[in-house]
Amino acid sequence: MNQVIASGQPGKGLGASRTLAPGLPNGEAAAPGSGAAPARRKRRRNDHSAASIGVALLWLGPVLILIFGVVIYPAIALLIASFGTFSITGLYRGFAGFTNYVNLLASPDLGQVMWNTFVWVAAVVILTNLIALGLAQFLSKEFFGRRFVRWAVIIPWAAALVMTSQLFRLMFDYYHGIINQMLLGLHIISKPVDWLGSSTFIMPTMIAVGIFVTLPFTAYLFVAGLNAIPSDVYEAARIDGASPWQTYRAITLPLLRPAILIAVVLNMIYVFNSFPLIYIMNGSNPGYGNDTMITYMYKVAFQGATHDVGMSAATGIFNVIVILIAVGIYLRFTNWRQGDQS
Amino acid sequence: MTSSTLTRVSPTRTVPLQRKLRGWKGARRWVLPIAGLAVIIIFVIPYIVMLLDAFRPSSEVLATPPTFLPKTWSLQAFSQVIADPSFHNWLTSSLIVAVSSTIIVIVVAIPAAYFTARFKFKGRMAFLGLVVVTQMFAPTSLVVGIYREFYDLGLINTYTSLILTDAAFNLAFALWILQGFFSAIPKEIEEAAWIDGASHLGTMMRIMLPLTLPGIVTAVTFTFIAAWNEYVVALTLIQSDNLKPLTVGINSYVTQYQQNWSQMFAASLIAIVPVVILFALIEKHLIGGMTAGAVK
Repeated sequence: MNQVIASGQPGKGLGASRTLAPGLPNGEAAAPGSGAAPARRKRRRNDHSAASIGVALLWLGPVLILIFGVVIYPAIALLIASFGTFSITGLYRGFAGFTNYVNLLASPDLGQVMWNTFVWVAAVVILTNLIALGLAQFLSKEFFGRRFVRWAVIIPWAAALVMTSQLFRLMFDYYHGIINQMLLGLHIISKPVDWLGSSTFIMPTMIAVGIFVTLPFTAYLFVAGLNAIPSDVYEAARIDGASPWQTYRAITLPLLRPAILIAVVLNMIYVFNSFPLIYIMNGSNPGYGNDTMITYMYKVAFQGATHDVGMSAATGIFNVIVILIAVGIYLRFTNWRQGDQS
Repeated sequence: MTSSTLTRVSPTRTVPLQRKLRGWKGARRWVLPIAGLAVIIIFVIPYIVMLLDAFRPSSEVLATPPTFLPKTWSLQAFSQVIADPSFHNWLTSSLIVAVSSTIIVIVVAIPAAYFTARFKFKGRMAFLGLVVVTQMFAPTSLVVGIYREFYDLGLINTYTSLILTDAAFNLAFALWILQGFFSAIPKEIEEAAWIDGASHLGTMMRIMLPLTLPGIVTAVTFTFIAAWNEYVVALTLIQSDNLKPLTVGINSYVTQYQQNWSQMFAASLIAIVPVVILFALIEKHLIGGMTAGAVK
């Protein structure tokens, strides 16, 4: 679940090839490619010794082999597969042109699946970040038992998403679930709710669980961001007589900006790609009515009557493009470079 | 908190302000721990439910209406899982895959992170860009491509395919974290070592590594946990039951044909405990590591 932790910026292809991580400390790597002023360049030359490409390859070779072998190669394999036809057992049968893409776009399920994906990603990312801001503020206060609270918040992060999903699948079960039983006991509902079986409730239920499992990482990222704010800034605000809310608006939020940007970008990628939660909680419903692009893609290739590797690959390429565009729009919209003045 | 009264500091205002703050200071000694308890309950309760379900017979898990506490307490599920040869296989698979991919990531990422943090070379930007792009791809979205690749290589249904995938997709994060730590170390420390006649590799091993230990701990933990919890690639690439990792294997306790929820939860808890302990141990490093690597 934590694979996408570090700085996710758009790379090339977004017209932002020179973008650099706010993740890079000291703004270190920010200068070389960006044609910095001569003075900056000079300083930089002192920072870095020059090395030849040969030496560089020696140090970076293994990383390059892994990235090209297991990330870039599959990406290309996916692209090629998206233009091919396959037998039902997965044997390559030849070039198919744009047939898979045409089939995908013509698929009657696509509209619903895309809408589900949009609702799922938007709701989980926005709500998680709002709640995490408050939670992180709380976790960085000094109080008795804070350590235990921090440990508790880690648990959903440490537990495999599959296991948490199975757990909530049972807890939200119509007959055997403790949640219906509890709500009935508290007279909040008068008859059991079919949380996972009705098309009205399943998406909000999955979103709630999605927030629950995304919160820990996001909150921790914000705690780290809050810790990085020097305390003398707060001291100055206090002397100036700023109210807590003013301090928060004028100091905490702006200084937390890089952390928020990273959290939103990473969560967008992570929540979009979230597979086990939807796959398991939606497992007993037929069809694609509650699927997101990711589970749809998986089911098309490996499940049910279709077993269409080509169309699934086309969906995969489509997904990569969608997430790149979404992250790009977000970064443009928030004008994120402003936050990168370290 | 009434913000409006606190906006301007004037002599007349300071007195009630102080009093108000003292009132809050007194109250927060109670309010914060109680709020903390509420947070603990929210995050832990679902896993308490898991624990309680693991302590009852499977038939009782599926009782209608369900009860919060077990009617019959039983260690049966735990003893069944511990005696289950399938569970042993899944546990072994998870360990082999997570440990191997973590070792690969660390061994491969440390020299690269050190090098990019310290040296200027042609293609440095291209390299960093490539790493960032890698971060954009989750194995989930490429799973069909990954399947095609290992299918062509004849590596479907092997540990190798899982280890390589987990290592490759967690590499970028480890690189960022470690690079952050390496570039935070003043160059002078290294130069002193060179003057004393140490080689580049020697400097890295003896001077730099100890100083970046928090970063390494963070990278190791994140990689290990990501690999330990990985699901979709294993679900796709592994077909024989004895090679499945825990995340895929435990699902076979609950199928259309059998519903051994208590066994599945007992197995899940056994799988979660080491990770929670690992996380709790490095919690302090975790925040430090994230600050250096991702936020600053």
